[in-house]
Amino acid sequence: MEKTEQVQYNRAGQRIVSPDYLLFEAPREKYFMTGSEVVKEAVKRASVDASVSYPITPQSEAAHLIGELWVEGYVGVYFRGESEFGVMSEVAGCSMAGARTVTTTSGPGTLRAMENFPMWAGSRLPIQLILMARGVNAPLTIQPDNLEMAFLLDTGCMIWHAETAQELFDMILAGFVVAEQPDVHVPIITSIDGFFISHTREAVMLPPDDIALPPYDPYRSPMVPLDMEMSPGRFLRDPFVMKSNYVSYATHTSWQFEVRAAIERAKPYAKHYLRGLIEEFGDPEAEIAFVASGTAAAQAKEATLMLLHEEGVKARVVRLKTIRPFPTKELIEALRGAKYVFVPEFNVIGWLEREVRRALYGNLDVPVIGSPRVAGGMTMPPEIIVKEVLQFLGKEVKHVV
Amino acid sequence: MAKLGPSGYSPYPVAMYEELLTPPPGKALLFDEIVDEEIAMREAAKAMLTRDNPTIFPGPQVLYAWNEEAKEKAKLVRKIAETLGAKIIPMYDYRPKYPKIDPEKEINPNHPNLTIWHNNIKACIFVGVHCHYANVALKIIRAETDCFTIALCGNAGHEDAMITLRDQHAEELEKFIKVAEEVKKELGK
Repeated sequence: MEKTEQVQYNRAGQRIVSPDYLLFEAPREKYFMTGSEVVKEAVKRASVDASVSYPITPQSEAAHLIGELWVEGYVGVYFRGESEFGVMSEVAGCSMAGARTVTTTSGPGTLRAMENFPMWAGSRLPIQLILMARGVNAPLTIQPDNLEMAFLLDTGCMIWHAETAQELFDMILAGFVVAEQPDVHVPIITSIDGFFISHTREAVMLPPDDIALPPYDPYRSPMVPLDMEMSPGRFLRDPFVMKSNYVSYATHTSWQFEVRAAIERAKPYAKHYLRGLIEEFGDPEAEIAFVASGTAAAQAKEATLMLLHEEGVKARVVRLKTIRPFPTKELIEALRGAKYVFVPEFNVIGWLEREVRRALYGNLDVPVIGSPRVAGGMTMPPEIIVKEVLQFLGKEVKHVV
Repeated sequence: MAKLGPSGYSPYPVAMYEELLTPPPGKALLFDEIVDEEIAMREAAKAMLTRDNPTIFPGPQVLYAWNEEAKEKAKLVRKIAETLGAKIIPMYDYRPKYPKIDPEKEINPNHPNLTIWHNNIKACIFVGVHCHYANVALKIIRAETDCFTIALCGNAGHEDAMITLRDQHAEELEKFIKVAEEVKKELGK
């Protein structure tokens, strides 16, 4: 008798396939889409149980499109929250109840919801937040800028930064898989630079939409799943803060360390599903190196080509796919032999430069130059990056931007 | 886990400070070394058979009959205790217990050192404890006691234990009992 394989389907009638099949093996077709539309396509294939939304530019369209998925039967629960704070609290409730949960936000909305992110992490909730970064202000900006990512760095959430809509699609699917591993099980923030990715169209390769990720299994959670017997009230009863003694302080310390350790445990999984924590581009022997993430990495790659073809200067780019966990070891290895490290960024504070300096300190003796740096909607043409490098090297600058 | 405790004032996690992560599928961790499951099982049995007051700390996942596997595993945990001559002190829930717990009767993930100090436990096995609470407890134990910790985990394991075995279901627990019986014989116990 022939062996028969049991085929399983999710609530939307999609065939359940392994994450590896969905991400690496399934045939793909080419589409021309915006980043927001790509979010819909990823969530459609992710067997999502719940999503809560609230409008804020530039993520509103993505949130709206997830709502369409609910109408179409792909998402189990969908509603609009009262505010970003409400949304991030409500998705926590969904996740505590055992639902695979996704939401989206941008800029000031992120800060309005801020208290919830460490709460998600401390409660070990593998919620996915798709962050379409736009900056924090006053004066108001609704333009590309990723300042809010800096505020999220130490919340206990994983943070990944996609360069393209294609990578956003793959990261959203991989994000659920990695975040839900029992030894990881912390929130995942998949970030893109708003407008550059959310509102522009690019070619993306998508697997068929009749297959989807296996559903989330809350019984593999590192904490007790909450239900009628085990309510959130019970989970939160008798918190350590009510007890002032050494024992409670030590427990809190161990708990917070455990959340950070969980992020580190994501490394092998992320390495597999993202095909590496970093991407190297250009001449691996070049003395000029750029370290960048997101859109800044795309611009640095163009600058690398311009430097080579127009100036005869060899350069390389180390693109970080994950910011938390931070790929310290990979970065140090990739930068060996570099004489200058430039960190181009779409924010005024240079949060990635700080991260790079911290990773290299005591490990690699190389000057780190935190420029160019733009914000509030300014673009970063590759000519600007080339100019900065040439000026730093004391070479003649031919380009006028 | 590179060293036996007490390792210091604060419960530093080895994942962050020693870059030591959970073992890959099919393997186990013996201190900071990735080894075959059987080697880790032998060392775990040896630690339990040779150190003072060996104790098993079963958690809610094997204490309550919430599915068939839990029932089966509970019986096997009892058998492990008999084989190793170990005491059983349950971790039946996770809330901090104040003003104090009875360390003769239970262990709590928020202050596991109290039970270990009181009973002078030098080797222990965590089994059926939800991973987050096992990890919180294992860090505190390593920081504050010299207890040799062993984790028999149904999921990915616990790098903060001195020995961690992952994906431990009924079949693996039966294998552990067999290995423990062999080691016991070798030690002439």
